[in-house]
Amino acid sequence: MPSNKSVSDAPITQFVNCRILRDHSLQREDLWVREGKILNPEKLFFDEQGFADHKVDCGNKIIAPGFIDVQINGGYGVDFSQVTSDIKGGVALVARRILEHGVTSFCPTLVTSPPAIYKQVIPEVTLTDGGEEGAGVLGLHLEGPFISLEKRGAHPPQFLCSFEEGGMPDLLKIYGELENVAIVTMAPELANSGQAIRDLVRRGITVSLGHSMADLSKAEEAVQHGATFITHLFNAMLPFHHRDPGIVGLLTSDRLPADRTVYYGMIADGIHTHPAALRIAHRAHPAGLVLVTDAVPAMGLPAGRHTLGQQDIHIEGLHACVAGTTTLSGSIATMDMSVCVFGGCTVEEALEAASLHPAQLLGISHRKGTLDYGTDADFVILDDTLTVRETYIAGHLVWRK
Amino acid sequence: MRLVILDDYDLASEWAAKYIRNRIIQFRPSADKYFTLGLPTGSTPLGCYRKLIEYHKSGDLSFKYVKTFNMDEYVGLPRDHPESYHSYMWNNFFKHIDIEPQNTHILDGNAADLQAECETFEQIITAAGGIELFVGGIGPDGHIAFNEPGSSLVSRTRVKTLAKDTIVANARFFGNDLSKVPTMTLTVGVGTVMDAREVMILITGAHKAFALYKAIEEGVNHMWTVSAFQQHPRTIFVCDEDATLELRVKTVKYFKGLMHVHNQLVDPMHSMKHYKD
Repeated sequence: MPSNKSVSDAPITQFVNCRILRDHSLQREDLWVREGKILNPEKLFFDEQGFADHKVDCGNKIIAPGFIDVQINGGYGVDFSQVTSDIKGGVALVARRILEHGVTSFCPTLVTSPPAIYKQVIPEVTLTDGGEEGAGVLGLHLEGPFISLEKRGAHPPQFLCSFEEGGMPDLLKIYGELENVAIVTMAPELANSGQAIRDLVRRGITVSLGHSMADLSKAEEAVQHGATFITHLFNAMLPFHHRDPGIVGLLTSDRLPADRTVYYGMIADGIHTHPAALRIAHRAHPAGLVLVTDAVPAMGLPAGRHTLGQQDIHIEGLHACVAGTTTLSGSIATMDMSVCVFGGCTVEEALEAASLHPAQLLGISHRKGTLDYGTDADFVILDDTLTVRETYIAGHLVWRK
Repeated sequence: MRLVILDDYDLASEWAAKYIRNRIIQFRPSADKYFTLGLPTGSTPLGCYRKLIEYHKSGDLSFKYVKTFNMDEYVGLPRDHPESYHSYMWNNFFKHIDIEPQNTHILDGNAADLQAECETFEQIITAAGGIELFVGGIGPDGHIAFNEPGSSLVSRTRVKTLAKDTIVANARFFGNDLSKVPTMTLTVGVGTVMDAREVMILITGAHKAFALYKAIEEGVNHMWTVSAFQQHPRTIFVCDEDATLELRVKTVKYFKGLMHVHNQLVDPMHSMKHYKD
């Protein structure tokens, strides 16, 4: 048929025989892609009298938005918190390998480190779009060093910091710059944290509460200052208590700003959180659940001894602990595994916890995390067991099983 | 006329779809000879569209050489509004079949010059060689397309203001908010549909029974515009039992007795798989 498309002559691909996640449900619809974005076929039909150039038969599989991992410390031997001669190369390696898990965008995470590390690493990890070379970098997640000593978990105590006057000067003194940063995790009970939170939020950086001894009212205050995320709910915070719910209480707090949603990260490896606890959180506040891997450099590597930040880790099976202790230090479950393990809810909810919600958290859901018309064509094709079969970024196939 | 009576909605939809299928296939449409098909919207034809989509997906029916002409469209409703007839046709029919976009014709209710849009529509129909088969429905007030009671029986495509009955009937598609229902439409005229070589009217449900009675058992009357087809040489009314509730027993018995003749039109079912080229 002759081409008389009025908007663009770029080739159009139509994915047929599939179920796509749209409007919170799996619908029997075709997915149309042009120039790296999801295309509105009705507009194409009536406005441009256009048609597809290629059709891809998906064999009745599921198409979901590409997964977004906002907490990943490394993998395949790469440790984001270590200075190497090729920091960019390390990030790129992980970016390429996580395509296998359906992750199309991620936030490389740095654990508590000395200022020297931040000053060398942060400028090197630039935002990227993602493509055949690997998943896109949305920005760094700085987990620490402004965290609680008691709740440091696997973070090295000698590098923890507190705020002097609070605010940007303290942050820049430690981090050097915040150019490539998307998320900062801190403990709100630290003095002067409020100013730091406000300054970060004003710069467009998401503030997360974690590794903290804060009670609920301190946490609510932090949300009022602008915090919108909780780092790995349940882990590294006071346990839920019925007379003082702690940070966990944010999920059902009635003292939050009306228009604010508080999101919470959960490591769904079946180890960091009991599935029943995961379900309690989910049922209390389903819209806020964000699946994260919190994967350590050992993810993807065989069992044994490896490095995370400034410490040594021991891997056995699906467990990663600080060497010589039973303290968990991140997980080695992958994002697609997490989506599968996260039972007790619908397929749509599991998929959204890995795509839509992280996109909403970072304020980018107008271009990522959904299959809405006009958004970036980053998506995964899954079979009914939610195993990733193909990964696409900007409409291009970047990985196939 | 032929009055084809089936037991229920699904059977009526299927009969109508089979008829359309056979008509298209036996016409042997090609690049030099398109099959021109007039199409309705609304809830009545949904079952028929579903069957036609089935026939397409099974490989028996292609719409590659079919040109379609819809009866009407709301004025002033954005084209991508979920209740526009463009959206209806896309979601319920076009997106599931192999029809080419330039072969579909729906009146543009947002045209700068509505009068010119209507005239152009008539010209496109003429240029396409006229309509081979016009499929339509009937309103509770006996209207064909949006030719409300009082419309001229020789009318052409034009702008029409909707009757209160129709606005109320359509409110269910606009959240039951009468203020949101469009009040004007572009519609083919009674005369436009009468020009078609064949007309098929789908009527199902008890709420349409009185209109059917007025249309076929009473006289030709501009208050019940479907009655105009009493003067068309080839009209088929396809209905379910419920739609016949207001007819005389004699009428129903007569036409039911003819079903073996009517069924010869749909049996055997033809298929494009068996074209010998």
